[in-house]
Amino acid sequence: MQTSLARKISIYLGAALLALVIALPVLWLFIMSISSSTHLTTLPLQWWPDSPTLENYRSLLIYAENSPSQSFLYAIRNSIFIALAATGISICAAIPAAYSFSRMPGPRRKNLLYAVIAIFMLPPVALVLPLYTVMNALGLLNTHFALIIVYCSILLPFATWLLKSNFDAIPGDLDEAPIIDGANRLQAIWYVILPIARPALGAAVMMSVLLAWDEFFYGLLFTNDIRSKTITVAIADLAAGRVADYGLISAAGILAAVPPVILAFFMQKTLVSGLASGSVKG
Amino acid sequence: MISYRKTVTAWLLLTPMIVIILGVSGYPLIKTIYFSMTGAKLVAPELTDSWVWFHNYVRALSSSNFREAIWHTTYFAVISVGAEMIIGVMVALLLNEVFVGRTMLRAMLILPLALPTVVNAMMWRLIYNPDFGTLNAVLVQFGVLDAYRSWLGDPATALDMVVVADVWKNFPLVALIALAALQTVPKDLYEAATLDGAGMWNRFWRITLPAIMGPLSVALVLRTIEAFKVFDIIYIMTRGGPASSTKTVSFYVYQEAFAYMRVGSGASYALIVVLISACLIAGYMYLIRKHGEA
Repeated sequence: MQTSLARKISIYLGAALLALVIALPVLWLFIMSISSSTHLTTLPLQWWPDSPTLENYRSLLIYAENSPSQSFLYAIRNSIFIALAATGISICAAIPAAYSFSRMPGPRRKNLLYAVIAIFMLPPVALVLPLYTVMNALGLLNTHFALIIVYCSILLPFATWLLKSNFDAIPGDLDEAPIIDGANRLQAIWYVILPIARPALGAAVMMSVLLAWDEFFYGLLFTNDIRSKTITVAIADLAAGRVADYGLISAAGILAAVPPVILAFFMQKTLVSGLASGSVKG
Repeated sequence: MISYRKTVTAWLLLTPMIVIILGVSGYPLIKTIYFSMTGAKLVAPELTDSWVWFHNYVRALSSSNFREAIWHTTYFAVISVGAEMIIGVMVALLLNEVFVGRTMLRAMLILPLALPTVVNAMMWRLIYNPDFGTLNAVLVQFGVLDAYRSWLGDPATALDMVVVADVWKNFPLVALIALAALQTVPKDLYEAATLDGAGMWNRFWRITLPAIMGPLSVALVLRTIEAFKVFDIIYIMTRGGPASSTKTVSFYVYQEAFAYMRVGSGASYALIVVLISACLIAGYMYLIRKHGEA
């Protein structure tokens, strides 16, 4: 097919427009984060700070009691801990479940898989009230433990589903052979499936961490001080503050976005192929 | 005997997952149904129980505020998902062409997707800021508007502005799914159609769209299910205001249960939301069964 000049020009125009639409909002967030708050509240608005500053980042990252940095750094710590623990529990339970769904299918287990997917898609408001009253009764509100457990309701169905469709792609005779030789299923999973499925496992871990890092609803309701507040809740607090320091809020947003953005670019290929296969095969 | 043992093993391997899911999802769901028929309060719910049958549901459905919240949610879901589908497909068509910088542009699509929802909401709130936001500055400096406007403070524009923020974050998902589907369409189909004299428009409706319809419909339903749950972006950007013009059902349940402490009626609202979601989820299940094994 011949590409006409007009077509070429419209393609490049479209590409430029798309790049601008994606980049400009984030670029502006970044510019705000290196501006002083007096600069940001000067009218008419200037597009570039006369004296770019890292002050906002400094006041978030250098620890001081009763300052924004205290709640921010605690929130980062809480989010990392909660995301890793919830991911760990979910993956450990998801691996044998995904294997069972993939290698030992049965009509009832198939329906169970559909039920698990449906549960993953339920709105959290369906579950939050009993979860809250139970955690309250057990005195677990405002602890890491509460969120770790609750996040399993999101991560576990997701990881099971993702791993199951990846295990399906591994030829069946590979893990049937050791079983005929007398190995048990757990050994087959550990020595045969997991080494082959390492990329899928990595993707499941990273996506689970991203889901947990991004979660806001349960975090908002189940935590109320620096001991357990997550990063998303800390950012909501900053944004809702009476004295809004736009530069500081922007810097917090940038810092909270850095880990997931790096993770996502790092696993771009897996993400895209996962999206593609997930949309075709579920 | 062997198949019996295999069945037992299969269920044993599932046990950890089943136990956790029953604990964190199964039990809460049933308890929500129970709550929805009581007058339970958030503080010490066991002490304030009183069985009211379907009274909460009757009240919920006859509440004009709640019906309004359902309408806002539907509006949000239809407009934002609709825009995401159209923009997503257009972007996918663009990225399916060969041009310099294509790989980089495709990588850029990951950026909105990876940005945490809360950060996205906060970023747009700053952009829309009535006094110091960039949107006002751009529009006034280019002469489109003659005075600053309060985009999120005006009931007429607030929900649409939230929609824009949501579309910006989520159109790349549709684009990436559509792009992956496009790459499976055989090139010779287009060449044959061109030889037969089919124009660009015709080729799109007759070849491209039917070929990517499967993955696209899955993306559509997935995004609709997500859009119906919308909470985070509303909470950060508007808290349901101004004048409840952006109050969605999830936000409504949150307020009923956690601000007014009425767990019983909050639960009945939640279950109405679940019912609507369940219809969408059933649609999704139908699609993935149709496209093969889950």
